Amino acid sequence: MDQTSANGQREAGSGLTLPSNLVKVTGVLASLIMTFIGLTAITFVIGRLMPADPVLAIVGDRASQEVYEQVYLQLGLDKPIYEQYFRYIGQLLQGDLGTSIMTAQPVADDIKRFFPATLELATIATLLGVFVGIPMGVVAAVHQGRWPDHIVRVISLIGYSAPIFWLGMVALLIFYANLDWVAGPGRLDVYFDGIIEPMTGVLLIDAAMAGDWEIFQNALSHLILPASILGTFALAYIARMTRSFMLDQLSQEYILTARVKGMPESNVIWGHAFRNVLVQLITIIGLTYASLLEGSVLTETVFSWPGIGQYITNSLFNNDMNAVLGGTIVVGVCFVGINMLSDLLYRLVDPRVRG
Amino acid sequence: MTEITLRSWLLAEIPGSRLQARCQWAFINWLAFKRNPVALIGLLIILGLVAVAALAPWITTSNGLELHLSERLQPPSSEHWFGTDELGRDIYDRIIWGSRITLYIVALVSIIVVPIGLVIGIVAGYMGGWVDTCLMRLTDIFLAFPRLILAMALVATLGRGLENAVLAIALTTWSPFARIARAEALTIRNSEFILAARVQGVSTIGILFRHVTPLCMSSVTVRLTLDMAGIILTAAGLGFLGLGAQPPTPEWGAMISLGRQYLIDQWWVPTVPGIAILVVSLGFNLLGDGLRDVFDPKSGS
Repeated sequence: MDQTSANGQREAGSGLTLPSNLVKVTGVLASLIMTFIGLTAITFVIGRLMPADPVLAIVGDRASQEVYEQVYLQLGLDKPIYEQYFRYIGQLLQGDLGTSIMTAQPVADDIKRFFPATLELATIATLLGVFVGIPMGVVAAVHQGRWPDHIVRVISLIGYSAPIFWLGMVALLIFYANLDWVAGPGRLDVYFDGIIEPMTGVLLIDAAMAGDWEIFQNALSHLILPASILGTFALAYIARMTRSFMLDQLSQEYILTARVKGMPESNVIWGHAFRNVLVQLITIIGLTYASLLEGSVLTETVFSWPGIGQYITNSLFNNDMNAVLGGTIVVGVCFVGINMLSDLLYRLVDPRVRG
Repeated sequence: MTEITLRSWLLAEIPGSRLQARCQWAFINWLAFKRNPVALIGLLIILGLVAVAALAPWITTSNGLELHLSERLQPPSSEHWFGTDELGRDIYDRIIWGSRITLYIVALVSIIVVPIGLVIGIVAGYMGGWVDTCLMRLTDIFLAFPRLILAMALVATLGRGLENAVLAIALTTWSPFARIARAEALTIRNSEFILAARVQGVSTIGILFRHVTPLCMSSVTVRLTLDMAGIILTAAGLGFLGLGAQPPTPEWGAMISLGRQYLIDQWWVPTVPGIAILVVSLGFNLLGDGLRDVFDPKSGS
């Protein structure tokens, strides 16, 4: 009933609220730039500190002195350190992450090939965490101190405490080796490999677009186990936060008012308390998504999932520093970007923060 | 009789000495902590871990490193409780010796992280102004980083190994402690006892170390306990990737990594170390939750 007048007020006051939003957006942007500078400074320092000679890595140890010096100058290693850093930033902004020694291709191209697999895995895992974790958290809060609450608490504690790579192995042992419910490691069975033209790189979407449901099914069967394992952490975190947000809301006076009015309990919980919790959950879901993009490294290793985590790990063992640092930058930028975006979204949506 | 007098001494309204005041503080917190059975389980797990690590030479039959190739990959039995691994080493013995490595990681990370976080946070909070702005910007940058990936990149530079893994974890873990210490220092900074100390001519450094730092310790301890599970999991993860402790060290994550290829037929080789990690990180999580409820009842669930 207050909806229209509130809207009217908002429109009337929009001349005032817009600048304050703008200030917040620029504030977030400024800290994004600061963080980017910090991130690149660290990867730059790591690249400089590493024991391997970047010139030797390119020319090989049989090259003549002239070739060596030519490459040395080409890389700008004779310039002062801050100039080298600016040069590095300039290259990054142009999307140039150097050349991988392992694959002999630009790192950026490699990452374009590996990243969709990680994106697919982390997205499905986050969705699982959201659609299972939120109801669990709400149920636990509504039944605080009774058995549904205890079950949710135990599940989320285990999700917090279990080493994810071990959980993945045990799941493979049970659901793949013993029960044969799902497909094994990798993204597809061998005989399906390379049939579908990679459009987006996300196999589920590619298979659906090509209309090849057999491959879609196979890809899903490969995906479901690693996504569930990766999603365990998301589920634990989201369920726990939802529970504590809900408890917070349910103890507020407007809930008491609604109950006294005789509003049905389901309406009190989902229509009133949960709607306020949803806004708070934006930040939590963003945080989870970002940490899953990063945290998929271990899951990818267990399930031989050809994502960016595997790419970074393999490059590490081959001393392919361009690839390692390029991968770190890309994951880092996504991580920071998603966090800032969810923060921004929260500020724009929540009227109390919006001010 | 002595029981009653000890109790009344511990609960006296006005403490007679500094020692009594300290004991009272500990006792009252213990009474609050004791009421939480789940937290007690956590405490028991951690005490058990410490006991096992201390008693390792007496409760094992080997040092967990000797090879017995004739006894490789044996299933759990009365002789080998948790079976043997691919080189015939007793897994039970390796788990027990591995508890020392886990404690070593935990101690090392704490030693690095707490002082860095405390110094940065307290200086920022107490000084305020541009010092605060600079230090907190730095902290925010580190807070925003993806921890595991950054630790991996650091290990790649420093070289693989347990100490470097610990260093990498520490470098990506200190920022929340700086945040906490700053928040505490901000609230303490304008209190009257600090003013009194300053009027008496105590130097700034003296105030920071003798008066501000002790008051930050309880919230830092709670946070450290809660973070410990994450630290152990990250260290185990680096070990699993082959970036942390190197063979033949019986680090639990590395043991899982080596046992991975035997998963299908000799399931106990990679499974048992995972259970050990799960139990210890569960212990730290439970203990941390309990401590938080005692020291910071507002934020608890």
